[in-house]
Amino acid sequence: MEQTTLNNDIHVKLVEKFGEKVTAVSEPYGLLTFVTYTDVIHNVLLHLKNELNFNFLTDITAVHYPEKDHGIAVVYHLNNMVERVRIRVKVFIAEKHPTIPTATTIWKAANWMERETYDFFGVKFEGHPDLRRILNMDDLGVHPMLKQYPLEDPNRVDKKDEFFGR
Amino acid sequence: MNHNHPVFTDNDPQEELVTLNLGPTHPATHGVFQNVLQMDGERIVSGVSTVGYIHRAFEKIAEHRPFYQITPLTDRLNYCSSPINNMGWHMTVEKLLKIEMPKRVDYLRVIIMELSRIADHIICNTIIGQDTGATTTFLYLFQFREHIYEIFEEVCGARLTTNIGRIGGFERDFNEVAFTKINKFLKEFPVALKEFENLLNRNRIFIDRTAGVAEVGKETALDYGWTGPLLRATGIDYDVRVSDPYSSYQDFDFEVPVGTSGDIYDRYLVRNEEMWQSLRIIEQSLEKLKSEPKGIFHADVPEFYLPPKQEVYNNMEALIYHFKIVMGEIDAPKAEIYHAVEGGNGELGFYLINDGGRTPYRLHFRRPSFINYQMFAPMSEGMLLSDAIINMSSMNIIAGELDA
Repeated sequence: MEQTTLNNDIHVKLVEKFGEKVTAVSEPYGLLTFVTYTDVIHNVLLHLKNELNFNFLTDITAVHYPEKDHGIAVVYHLNNMVERVRIRVKVFIAEKHPTIPTATTIWKAANWMERETYDFFGVKFEGHPDLRRILNMDDLGVHPMLKQYPLEDPNRVDKKDEFFGR
Repeated sequence: MNHNHPVFTDNDPQEELVTLNLGPTHPATHGVFQNVLQMDGERIVSGVSTVGYIHRAFEKIAEHRPFYQITPLTDRLNYCSSPINNMGWHMTVEKLLKIEMPKRVDYLRVIIMELSRIADHIICNTIIGQDTGATTTFLYLFQFREHIYEIFEEVCGARLTTNIGRIGGFERDFNEVAFTKINKFLKEFPVALKEFENLLNRNRIFIDRTAGVAEVGKETALDYGWTGPLLRATGIDYDVRVSDPYSSYQDFDFEVPVGTSGDIYDRYLVRNEEMWQSLRIIEQSLEKLKSEPKGIFHADVPEFYLPPKQEVYNNMEALIYHFKIVMGEIDAPKAEIYHAVEGGNGELGFYLINDGGRTPYRLHFRRPSFINYQMFAPMSEGMLLSDAIINMSSMNIIAGELDA
């Protein structure tokens, strides 16, 4: 239960600073989650790092929701090692112009995480020093984790995706 | 990291640099890593890491497989300690399904996870010895990895890519042979580990090669997202087993060893001390098992835990459950979840989004090797090539986890 009051404190402090820019606050499985926007994400992350002690960037990744207007969610996981709290920050961006400010100026660790996210989802991190593909080959042409790309070759008749769930 | 580190030349009259392709299959790098280095004599001026040579699209495949079929994928992340990955994934799903685990299962898991941590650290530390020219240490300690694999074989039938356990526990109880082998290991391994430490810890050549090489400060390590023994060697006592206890780690009494300077020697010492602590944990776990009811090896959740084959063939209920579980027709809540475990080389995280379908909507692995490795090229600048090689060994980068 201690976790919840701590999360409440963080929530209150974030709303104090960023007001309406902090939306959809929830706490799935005890992990404080909120949604913010591309114009403030850099400041939110800076504030979380410098004022609220979330000094460690655990992970950056993305999720694709093809049915939504802003179909790509960039997800940040931060960790406050001193108070042992984690937090999840999400930013929904448009699939057609997937741009978001980089976090490499705040944490160096963000460099490869953002390259991976770019590689798989095509998210362009503005200000990233070296935004190239990282795991896939350079001339792949597509961003394979987007939902429109099937896992198997669609022309095969023996191995269809629906046999495997999706 | 100071990128303007002075580069000392060997007074070479030729001013041009030599481009050296270290990898992708260089015998000194223990895996598929490529680094294109600009060399000035023996010194590295700059380097660019290329990763992805064994990328297998696990995250894409995971979106098309039911939960059970994802366990074999996790085997192939850090294949030096696959049981930790397997159980990390099982615990993620159990957390999603809110399954209360019996203490005995937790303790059995702890034994297996600590054994795999020892196996992982054996590989890393003996290879540091090997790369500094001490083959003896490698030969002395490496056979104990074999003994650990024999224990895994007894528990689950496999050795390297174990696919150990099930969602909700283990597939079968540990047999007597397994416990005998664990006890034998606990008796024999400390002797060998002591001998290993005697050979290296105060060895002049080893200290000359490792102490003060590739020093990393706390701030830099945090900035680059380091976790695991690498971060602890810099002096930060972050361990997921302590900060976010899973599988009843809060019941155990153990220490988190930390270093001071973050150099290769400190990383070596931290890993060695972690092996001693793992042995302590296994001993405590065996002690705790004595007071637990015998024969419990899984949680009582028939809708998620695969029923025994005997029942599947003879009992309608069991057959239905078996079919539903295998086809991914289980009732999992629509939720997103992040679960982390302390893997062999850092915080291994599973970010799972479930939308109620048969398969995860999205599964992302936070792979410590991938995040630790990005510092390798910048920190190699100004370093001797031979130091960079042992630096890479001491970072314990596993290619499978690097490329997912």
